Amino acid sequence: MKPSDEDLTHKGLLPTDTSAKVLILACGALANEILALIRLNGWDHMSLTCLPAILHNTPERIPDAVRAAYDKHHADFDQIFVAYADCGTGGQLAALCDDLGIEMIRGPHCYSFFEGNDAFAAHADGEIDVFYLTDFLARGFESFVIKPLGLDRHPELRDMYFQHYTRLIYLAQTDNPDLDRMAQAAAERLGLRYERKFTGFGDLKTALKPLA
Amino acid sequence: MSDQDDDIILSELSDEELVLQMHDDLYDGLAEEITEGVNILLERGWQPYNVLTEALVAGMTIVGHDFRDGILFVPEVLLAANAMKAGMAILKPLLIATGAPRMGKMVIGTVKGDIHDIGKNLVSMMMEGAGFEVVDLGINNAVESYLEALEAEEADILGMSALLTTTMPYMKVVIDALVEKGIRDDYTILVGGAPLNEEFGKAIGADSYCRDAAVAVETAKEYMARKHNQLAAG
Repeated sequence: MKPSDEDLTHKGLLPTDTSAKVLILACGALANEILALIRLNGWDHMSLTCLPAILHNTPERIPDAVRAAYDKHHADFDQIFVAYADCGTGGQLAALCDDLGIEMIRGPHCYSFFEGNDAFAAHADGEIDVFYLTDFLARGFESFVIKPLGLDRHPELRDMYFQHYTRLIYLAQTDNPDLDRMAQAAAERLGLRYERKFTGFGDLKTALKPLA
Repeated sequence: MSDQDDDIILSELSDEELVLQMHDDLYDGLAEEITEGVNILLERGWQPYNVLTEALVAGMTIVGHDFRDGILFVPEVLLAANAMKAGMAILKPLLIATGAPRMGKMVIGTVKGDIHDIGKNLVSMMMEGAGFEVVDLGINNAVESYLEALEAEEADILGMSALLTTTMPYMKVVIDALVEKGIRDDYTILVGGAPLNEEFGKAIGADSYCRDAAVAVETAKEYMARKHNQLAAG
């Protein structure tokens, strides 16, 4: 059964298959994409567990949460792979993975690896005023942006947060007109110019392939 | 904090009650009430500096503590800051005219590659409230921008801010440039921003990492006091 966005945001996901050999320990925001890759490629030896995606808003908590999940599950699997990039942890997650002797996704964040780290790095300097959304974040815009910033209660604060941003780029993992409309509405709400860029799964697939 | 305060008439409160009420109004982000309170205190003959420190800065310090302790969150702090800004708009010209004490001069800016300025703006405002002269360079500042401003303004303090883990290493680029020019020790360097910590501040050669705006003010005051003591002793 497909996990709900609400659960992936606030609760995470328990291992989908406890008899599998490889556990992918991921951000909840990547669950749908990873489950699709497992299904499409027939990677039946892989199981997925997710931490709550809302950790995106408090990245300093990610390394401890990954550590706790590793401690909980590592005895049950032959291999664990961390499906996070640096994600605002300032190298702390990479240091943890080094300590544990496990691999993680290369790159600064999911915006980068969805587009492809090399392609993203080539233009990142010119996009410091860009606010990004992915499929998951477009669906969860209220939970990840509007409510945590208090814009539901105090819309007048919008320009204090976003005055230096100029564009919202929706990095689309799938072709879905509904998500396109949601992302466009998010851009309008923030007063930003809207662009859509189709990325597919980018380096996420490349990162998981060696585990196959 | 003050759901039951709707009927309070500020002008009917004693000075002491009014100041406490203004702390509440700041906490609740009520800009109009703060404007009214500031005007009442001034009409009662209060010195602008006293209105600033006792009513506004003291109120924002409570906000800062509750933010630190996880009782208040960023939106509430921003509303409080807006209320303080409304009071500052009245007081600032009066403070200049009355020659309020100057604590020192700070050049502050968000580092290159980073456009986030909420924390920096809070620090600027609180530093001004504490009697510092603040030169705010805004966002996305390269080394040259900091160096030029520090020299031109004859600043005592350099403040650098970053929200992103990808941009915070640029603080070291700026400090290294100061070291290379042999002027590092001419300035107190304070750094801040959500992904930073004390360890990072030390590693890049800053004097202090400041967790929030209230800490930045206290730290800046300590360094200025030390500097004055050294000058007096020397």
